[in-house]
Amino acid sequence: MRDRGRIVTGLAVFVAVALAPVWQAALHGAARRPEPKIVTTAKQCVEPTAAMRRDHMDLLYAWRDTVVRRGQRTYLAADGKTVTMSLTGTCMKCHPNKKEFCDACHNYLAVSPYCWECHIEPKEKS
Amino acid sequence: MLEKALVGGRGYWRWILALGVVIALGLVSYLRQFAFGLGITGLSRDVTWGLYIAQFTFLVGVAASAVMVVLPYYLHNFKMFGKLTILGEFLAISAVTMCMLFIFVDMGQPTRVLNVMLYPTPHSLMFWDMVSLSGYLVLNVVISHVTLAAERNSVPPPRWIKPVIILSIPWAVSIHTVTAFLYSGLAARPFWMTAILAPRFLASAFSAGPALLILFCLVLRRVTRFDAGREPIQRLAIIVTYAMLINVFFVLMELFTALYSNIPEDVEHFTFLFVGLEGNTTLVPWMWASAVLSVVALVLLVNPRTRHDERTLAAACVAVFLGLWIEKGLGLIIAGFEPSPLGAVTAYTPTVPEISITLGIYAFGLLLITLLYKIALSVRGETAA
Amino acid sequence: MGQDRRGFLKLAGLAAVCATARESLTRLAGAAGTEPRPSAKAPKVRWAMVVDPRRCLEQQNCTACIDACDHAHNVPAFTNPRHEVKWIWKTRFDEAFPDQDSRYIDPALTSEAVLALCNHCDNPPCVRVCPTQATWKRDDGIVAMDWHRCIGCRYCMAACPYGSRSFNWEDPRPHIAHENPDFPTRTKGVVEKCTFCDERIDRGELPACVVACKEKALVFGDLNDPDSEVRRLLRTRFALRRRAGLGTQPEVFYLV
Repeated sequence: MRDRGRIVTGLAVFVAVALAPVWQAALHGAARRPEPKIVTTAKQCVEPTAAMRRDHMDLLYAWRDTVVRRGQRTYLAADGKTVTMSLTGTCMKCHPNKKEFCDACHNYLAVSPYCWECHIEPKEKS
Repeated sequence: MLEKALVGGRGYWRWILALGVVIALGLVSYLRQFAFGLGITGLSRDVTWGLYIAQFTFLVGVAASAVMVVLPYYLHNFKMFGKLTILGEFLAISAVTMCMLFIFVDMGQPTRVLNVMLYPTPHSLMFWDMVSLSGYLVLNVVISHVTLAAERNSVPPPRWIKPVIILSIPWAVSIHTVTAFLYSGLAARPFWMTAILAPRFLASAFSAGPALLILFCLVLRRVTRFDAGREPIQRLAIIVTYAMLINVFFVLMELFTALYSNIPEDVEHFTFLFVGLEGNTTLVPWMWASAVLSVVALVLLVNPRTRHDERTLAAACVAVFLGLWIEKGLGLIIAGFEPSPLGAVTAYTPTVPEISITLGIYAFGLLLITLLYKIALSVRGETAA
Repeated sequence: MGQDRRGFLKLAGLAAVCATARESLTRLAGAAGTEPRPSAKAPKVRWAMVVDPRRCLEQQNCTACIDACDHAHNVPAFTNPRHEVKWIWKTRFDEAFPDQDSRYIDPALTSEAVLALCNHCDNPPCVRVCPTQATWKRDDGIVAMDWHRCIGCRYCMAACPYGSRSFNWEDPRPHIAHENPDFPTRTKGVVEKCTFCDERIDRGELPACVVACKEKALVFGDLNDPDSEVRRLLRTRFALRRRAGLGTQPEVFYLV
């Protein structure tokens, strides 16, 4: 086992790199978990808030496929209400503050949905 | 087994380093293309496919040509090719890998490329091309790995591998047939819409591939202790000769049908290639070079004296390879778009980043084949000792 | 020792393949589940367009339909002709109808004079070749596009005999003068084309170009309805279809 020193050093480097997020957080203090800021006059979203938090991307995907591929544009919510399935026309009418509503969490989680490469984001004062 | 690729002399490492530099340059260019889009290439709304897809088409042929050593050895018990089969299979592996990379760099949305598997579409030939190419890669990886491992351990290969090898033979034909179908089923492109396209692809593949294999054998004899032997190389040369004759024959048939029938949309593509159309003569010198190279190659190959002399044979193989590379790796794809179905001739010149990416992929393929040949020959050295 | 390491590496590789395979299979199954099925009570409509080039020619320099379309759909204006994106555009007669002999035709027609757009073929070659069903024929005959799914392979562009498809060779956003916030732009690396305004048709409106044309040179309607305006025109006047010999069955008709 004359390679012992090298193996142990290698393992140590690997562990240090793999745990980078942990020691980064210890060094700089963990980022605070963001809360999406809701500024809307509507009482409720198309589905209950808990469901929207958990499944909004699934809902958006389902809307996307129904509108684009089936040409059906009206959504029947669980409570019987109907809404037009449109990201910019419906979602963003209630939530025009994309930076605080979408980006805050998405940045925190380091996910980058490609919605806004094509869909035009609402004008915001920055 | 892989560790064999990590031991080598100075020349070996210099060669690896040189390839690494070309690959790195290609990678940098690709990152630029990834950020900016395919507008970085010379392609346009009328010439939508160019260098990348043409290289893909050419290399599918090189990949399929492995069958020219595998078939005689396994189906006809032609023992002479025993030492060559593994070289053929490794050539196939590296060529298929390059094909996949060329397809990948041609995608406008590379991150979505797996949509082809997520939404399988049997009515699209591109779906079948993906199936046949990846299947061929798997077949060759399994076959070469199993047979080489058996050789290393000085035991006969397991019996189950024989049917897999037999399967790889029609599969090799299928990859180039399906690739030809990509083009020959398009009513919008009369240049490609010819029933002889798949046979033509196979003929050019079975001359360019074995020609490359001969060149590899000659190089290996110089830089390593591996010697394929004089007779196997001569047998390969005969395969190259017949395939090249058939290929030239097929091309002449295409020319006759188009020129004698005189249907404008069939003639125009050949006019573009050999005379130039609407003042665009980009490919004319290339195509004439290809024609001259093909004739020179045939003279050297058909004449027994020059074929038997390994120096002139090497020259003939270079001529075959270059001639067919121009014909398939430049002319065939670009001329399909010139003129466009609406009659427009749009200049297409590959840009520097486009050429750099292309060279990077070729360097990657060469690196792969260097490593694989190194492994194979090291294993052989081991068994001999 | 060497043998053990080999065995370990093989096992690790296999495990990695299995782990990812499971994920992709689940995705595959999930994707198959959400794939919309054509609804059973699909209306038997077959949308088509009739172009009257003579009426169009009455306003030689009019681009009302093109402007309306470009604005409605955020069509980028690339100055480089090699990267041009076109949904509806004017072209020469001999380009639009290469198999019609145009030697002695009215010279007015040989300049940029014929409106060209996607033909929404009944037998669309682009749909046949698309490897991801990012373009497909809807029940009402519209050859639609799913820009979320397109991988940018451009096979459809090689297959289209009309040059009706354009590719985004670079990010189109900087080349759109006035964005229409109600319609998405496209992103770099996807193919786009005229969609017969499926978003307007689904709301019961006419295509933007048809509405914009004051000369009434563009007529849009249902081919399956014998009393529709398009059927009346096709009954009483002779009409050409672009490259009819290819069997693509274009559903854009040009009155002679």
